[in-house]
Amino acid sequence: MAIASVENRSSIASLWRNKEARSVIVQIITVTVVFALVALALRNVAVNLEAIGKEFSFDFLTAPAAYDITFSPFLDYTSRDTHLIAAAVGILNTLLVAVCGIAFATLLGFTMGVLRLSGNWLISRMAYVFIEFTRNVPVLLHILLVHGIVVTTLPAPRNAIGIGDTMFVSNRGFYVPAPVFEDGAGIVGAVLVIAIVAAMGFRRWAKRMQDETGKIYPVFWICTGIVAGATAVAFLAAGMPLSWEVPALKGFNFKGGMALKPEFLALWLALSYYTSCFIAEIVRAGILAVSHGQTEAAHALGLRPNRTLQLVVIPQALRIIVPPLVSQYLNLTKNSSLAIAIGYMDVVATIGGISLMQTGKEVETMIIVLGVYLVFSLTISAFMNWFNRSIRLKER
Amino acid sequence: MTESATAPRYAPGTHPDLPPPRRTTGVAGWMYKNLFSSPLNIALTVIGAFVLYSIVPPMLEWAFLKSIWTAESRVECWDKMEVPEEAACWAFIKGRLNIFIYGFYPEAERWRVNVSFVLLIFAVLPVLYDRLPQRKRWFWYVAAFPFLAGWLLVGGFGLTPVDTDQFGGFMLTLIIGVTGISFSLPIGIALALGRTSDLPALRILCVLFIEFIRGVPLIALLFVASTMLNYFLPPGTTFDLLMRVLIMVTLFSAAYIAEVVRGGLQGIPKGQVEAADSLGLPYWKAQRLIVLPQALKISIPGIVNTFIGLYKDTTLVLIIGMLDPLGIGNASLADAVWAGLAREVYLFIAVFFFLCCFGMSRYSLYLERKLHTGHEEI
Repeated sequence: MAIASVENRSSIASLWRNKEARSVIVQIITVTVVFALVALALRNVAVNLEAIGKEFSFDFLTAPAAYDITFSPFLDYTSRDTHLIAAAVGILNTLLVAVCGIAFATLLGFTMGVLRLSGNWLISRMAYVFIEFTRNVPVLLHILLVHGIVVTTLPAPRNAIGIGDTMFVSNRGFYVPAPVFEDGAGIVGAVLVIAIVAAMGFRRWAKRMQDETGKIYPVFWICTGIVAGATAVAFLAAGMPLSWEVPALKGFNFKGGMALKPEFLALWLALSYYTSCFIAEIVRAGILAVSHGQTEAAHALGLRPNRTLQLVVIPQALRIIVPPLVSQYLNLTKNSSLAIAIGYMDVVATIGGISLMQTGKEVETMIIVLGVYLVFSLTISAFMNWFNRSIRLKER
Repeated sequence: MTESATAPRYAPGTHPDLPPPRRTTGVAGWMYKNLFSSPLNIALTVIGAFVLYSIVPPMLEWAFLKSIWTAESRVECWDKMEVPEEAACWAFIKGRLNIFIYGFYPEAERWRVNVSFVLLIFAVLPVLYDRLPQRKRWFWYVAAFPFLAGWLLVGGFGLTPVDTDQFGGFMLTLIIGVTGISFSLPIGIALALGRTSDLPALRILCVLFIEFIRGVPLIALLFVASTMLNYFLPPGTTFDLLMRVLIMVTLFSAAYIAEVVRGGLQGIPKGQVEAADSLGLPYWKAQRLIVLPQALKISIPGIVNTFIGLYKDTTLVLIIGMLDPLGIGNASLADAVWAGLAREVYLFIAVFFFLCCFGMSRYSLYLERKLHTGHEEI
């Protein structure tokens, strides 16, 4: 008996000393433990939900939401619509602020990154101070601050600041004229699309001609000419099928036109300038990482400074800039969930906020919210991987 | 030829140095080079100076020269100014400073917070400053500090218990920040090792965890913590909201740390691991002695950036109803006596966060320089 147990122990010990056997044992133990914990947690959820008489189902999505969403630019939403529609409005609002924010943050970030590198001491210091101050302060504070400034310091609609009697800035939002498309606008749109396709075709042709004959065409100007000229001709030919609906003060607020609500404005501005500071540092690092020898070599080949920038510096800098840039885009999208702090109705505020409170379906609504963000993140990172592959250094 | 005729003759090697061209040295030279070297540069300087001129003096006037430091209410504040609302009313912040620091921690027990803060300084000192005498012995104290501070703040065992609902203000920021920072680093390193390990099951689990956490916003996780975490626990068990938030914040930043450390691990040449293997070092020893010291060194900037992010993200607890400085600020702004002083409140909190986060980033730069063992200049 004693001998057997000693043998047994030594065989286990020898199994443990064998690297492959050990790795199998470790993996089996880890997977078992993790699955046991997950199973336990799921069982707890089932037991707990049953104890308070809740049932796990997504049926509530088809019930009327019975709450108002003040900002729904894409869908016609009323409080009689279902929770599913409310969730869709929230998702679209999140996407809207993310896309607008990404566009503005990129523009601002590249500008500030270049200013930060400027040879002018004053300008580069000013950019440095702004960047350091902004990125060391929580984004939530920026959002609340901008919202506070918009709401408290801008005048009421009655005394709104007018810009040429067509745009108005007030504490209820920013009102701009809305385009109204009349008959024939579709033709202009079609011409615009055709012109863009034609311009892209010309660009390809010009590149092939340059590769074959070395002749360089002014691609940018010709493309601009094609697109702008063709659209303008179509616009005039169709009898100018576009008019503007100008906002006007009716009662206590403006009617007509397009309205940017203060919540949207504050969230958009704050997210953009906060993220742009991170982008500026990324751009700066990317441009600095292109070795000076590259510029000198381009000059030695006789390339003019703008061609050097366009053909030598920017392509190499982009390769360094893009991966962290996309992760900043992702951060901006995730930070847009802070909308709930100022009452902008994004996906967290609609389905994860009011719908959750009204239906008491914590588990289901949180699954939807987490799922939506996971889809955003995975989509953006899939795009990033594709883009990374396409601009990667092609070594031969 | 004519020059050599007029110039004095010097024996070779005795010619006195000529002064450099006037435009290249001194203040004038610096200004020419950095501010006025080309028309574009001059234009930029003028624009920059104009922007500074139109922002800085009014801001100084608003914040310091014309500001009011003692008053009982907003109206009194504005009465004291030449033009109402033209300057900051710091009396508001001054009157509520205690709430901003301690939240609603009972007044009689606030010495405990102060003691914990002093203890925190002594715990941080040996971590940050490596020339402290007997640094190794200090680490016993560092390891004991979380328990000591936890006991002091929460109470029990001879001290009056204080409910964590009453925690708030900068104290809450520090509690969440310090706990998150100190626990997320080891968890993050473990996750990074798991993600780069040879064991597929371990690797897949770590990847799933990291990608899930990184794919969702912290605020959604905090909602999960505040609304549904109790469902995952055995029936009847509940635990403190602050504890749940601490766990979520720690896990959240651990996932980010894991990615940063993974980058560092991938930056270590394979030869290092192979050399450790050939010396016969087992896995953990090889990691501890060879791989991690090098990997952590190159991931310091990323790690500190993650810490700064975590520290800033502590403000999000406001959304699930905890009273961090921003929450206190918002609650104070709802007070009818003081409403309308949003700028003062937000600026005050912004300066606090700026000092903490800027300090951290400066320290990381110092550490990078100190640990830099390569030959190229940085």
